[in-house]
Amino acid sequence: MDAIKFVHEQLTAERKFPAFRPGDNVTVNYKIIEGDKERVQAFRGDVIQIKGQGATKTFTVRKISNGVGVERIFPFSSPNIVGIEVTKRGKVRRSKLFYLRGLVGKKARIKERKLIKDN
Amino acid sequence: MTSIYDGAGKNVACTVVEAGPCVVTQVKTEDTDGYSAVQLGFGEAKEKNTTQPLLGHFQKAGTTPKRKVVEFRNFSIGKALGEEVNVADVFTEGDTINAIGVTKGKGFQGVVKRHGFSGVNDQTHGQHNRGRAPGSIGASSFPSKVFKGMRMAGRDGGQQVTVKNLRVLKVFPEQNLILVKGAIPGHKGATIILEKKI
Repeated sequence: MDAIKFVHEQLTAERKFPAFRPGDNVTVNYKIIEGDKERVQAFRGDVIQIKGQGATKTFTVRKISNGVGVERIFPFSSPNIVGIEVTKRGKVRRSKLFYLRGLVGKKARIKERKLIKDN
Repeated sequence: MTSIYDGAGKNVACTVVEAGPCVVTQVKTEDTDGYSAVQLGFGEAKEKNTTQPLLGHFQKAGTTPKRKVVEFRNFSIGKALGEEVNVADVFTEGDTINAIGVTKGKGFQGVVKRHGFSGVNDQTHGQHNRGRAPGSIGASSFPSKVFKGMRMAGRDGGQQVTVKNLRVLKVFPEQNLILVKGAIPGHKGATIILEKKI
């Protein structure tokens, strides 16, 4: 018996999100609780990493905010994610896009992937 | 270890422990042994790997050979010899428990990792390759020796450690699993002892 798997089957609700890959541009709508108030904040950027498996799988989104690179890690199973929208599909040749951290401006762009067959 | 989300949407690190079924292999009383305790056996062992004295001991309790046998004092659960003890008999959600286990072996380690020395956190001021050196181990002609117990490099880990005041987040009675908040000493699949605080 896989005890950890069993616990997550019982306690972690499975979330359904549109499929995306590293290089894609996504908007993550994230619930933020301030005191007793609750609001939804959008975080839009490029997915530079998908890591882990099962209930502890996460993805990292990078964006440039006011000229400063900002990265945020979201767990796929977080109940605070309201929704994920895939805004652009990117064409990249690796699964971890950490090289983007060293690039600025036009160099840091990701080429768009033209979808011939919808996946 | 893994993590779950609590009601407030917070991610809580936790450990899944398979804590049963245990079998009462001996009941010690004031009259026969001078103190009262209950001995529990856990996990199946092969008969060919169990010694003759232990085989007889398990036979007396009417059970199969067990891998681990541990004695618990002041264990007032009212189970007789050979009876099964399950998770729900002992633990409920919200209990405070202690976990006793043997930590992962770390091998030969320096003083920074082994004793938490801060090391020399600087590349300048005349320091070259001694960023993690222990520094002075005592004075010179007096006392002319290194005091016993001086903390130095050596074997680290592989020691018995008690982690106190862990909280039980969830109990699964049918699977004999409990979910404990925080970390527990030892590697994956290690045998540990859980003590309930009264």
